Amino acid sequence: MKLSTKHLLGIKDLTREDIQLILSTAGQFKEVLQRPVKKVPSLRDVTIVNLFYENSTRTRMSFELAERRLSADVLNFAASSSSAAKGETLLDTVNNILSMKVDMVVMRHSASGAPHFLAKHIPAAIVNAGDGINEHPTQALLDAFSMQEKFGSLEGLKVAIIGDIMHSRVALSNMYLLQKMGAEVVVAGPPTLIPKHITEALNVRVEYNLRKALEWCDVANVLRIQLERQNQPLFSSLREYNLAYGISRRVLDQLGKEIVVMHPGPINRGVELDSDVADGPYSIILNQVENGVAVRMAALYLLANREN
Amino acid sequence: MKTILTAPQLAITVKRLAHQILENNPTLTDTVLIGLQPRGVFLSNRIVQEVQALVTSGSIPYGQLDITFYRDDVRKSLHIANKTDIPFSIENKRVILIDDVLYTGRTIRAALDALLDFGRPSQVSLCVLIDRRFSRELPIQPDYTGKTIDTIISQKVKVCWQERDGVDEVVLE
Repeated sequence: MKLSTKHLLGIKDLTREDIQLILSTAGQFKEVLQRPVKKVPSLRDVTIVNLFYENSTRTRMSFELAERRLSADVLNFAASSSSAAKGETLLDTVNNILSMKVDMVVMRHSASGAPHFLAKHIPAAIVNAGDGINEHPTQALLDAFSMQEKFGSLEGLKVAIIGDIMHSRVALSNMYLLQKMGAEVVVAGPPTLIPKHITEALNVRVEYNLRKALEWCDVANVLRIQLERQNQPLFSSLREYNLAYGISRRVLDQLGKEIVVMHPGPINRGVELDSDVADGPYSIILNQVENGVAVRMAALYLLANREN
Repeated sequence: MKTILTAPQLAITVKRLAHQILENNPTLTDTVLIGLQPRGVFLSNRIVQEVQALVTSGSIPYGQLDITFYRDDVRKSLHIANKTDIPFSIENKRVILIDDVLYTGRTIRAALDALLDFGRPSQVSLCVLIDRRFSRELPIQPDYTGKTIDTIISQKVKVCWQERDGVDEVVLE
């Protein structure tokens, strides 16, 4: 058994079997991370470059840790402190890096489709660490892993994705993944932040009322309001957003049932999530971060295979 | 196809291995048994059962080790990882590794590397059901052997277990 794809560009390209293979392998890596020596020699002949054209804390550190735990050699590249600032093109930069014998590229870029473009032009395996408003596959995989860990299975699970659906690559990857695995998805948020025709395009239900979405779901995956991606005001103020769509402990306590709250980070505290929820018993946000390393180890391990 | 061990022979061999392990580790204090995933675990389950029946006091520390991430051919062919479960410390313990067939010795090499990442055992020994002699690629030998056989590369030793294959037997194909 192996992955049906040479790259991890998006969940859209993966089969259900691919997703199951990544999640089950991640489970074994999670056990590795509990050992006295949290490291295996699997990728000691592999060199990986982390190419970050956009800022990141969690994802970059999580990928780097995953690579080191697999014994890979790691190169880090941040666009802001490199020749990209002098105007070098993406393809030139990557070809120069590859001439130094690099086997895999982990890339984050603000342009949707940038990793797909690279995959067409270079021989190395590419892992998408987030491209524009398109996909963030490893985030969706670690979200799925965390949900599976909590509930046992994704089949029939009711997941509400709440917030800025329009600008969120996490939302899109999650929707693809959850549907492939047989979960039910509802997207919730203000009408200005939910793309038109999403029901027809992605077969998800839209709910504009936060309380109704929360009453329906088992899991609320709360997204960050991405102020940096909005060129125009799509809601009148952060305070108003918080009043209509912010999740507080009071709202959750009134539901009459327990739901799990997730967030891909970084959290805008007091906007989409109040602190008493983010740090409270409903939240599995820090489990998500912990699982991120195991899931990324699984993806890198499975892609490093030369048979692919 | 040639039968190497029938079901009754296999049962006797497993019993003998259990007795030999007890003979060398009479008190079983400081001794732990670890079966190798995936197929060595069927043998180790049986051995642990036998040993446990012979020892009245306490239960024997028993774990399972998966060596997938330690293989030397990890990038040539993809192997699916299995569960590792070693719920005790192996520090200063006498570890007995258990696998079904010893062939090139590469699995055991990987197992030793994996094992040492869990701590520093005082001693490691190896127990196998079938030893395919003259086919080693590394200097590794068993301490407890069910049966030694001479084979050529094109032959395949198949160990079947009731729990998995519906029948207990060892055949040469």
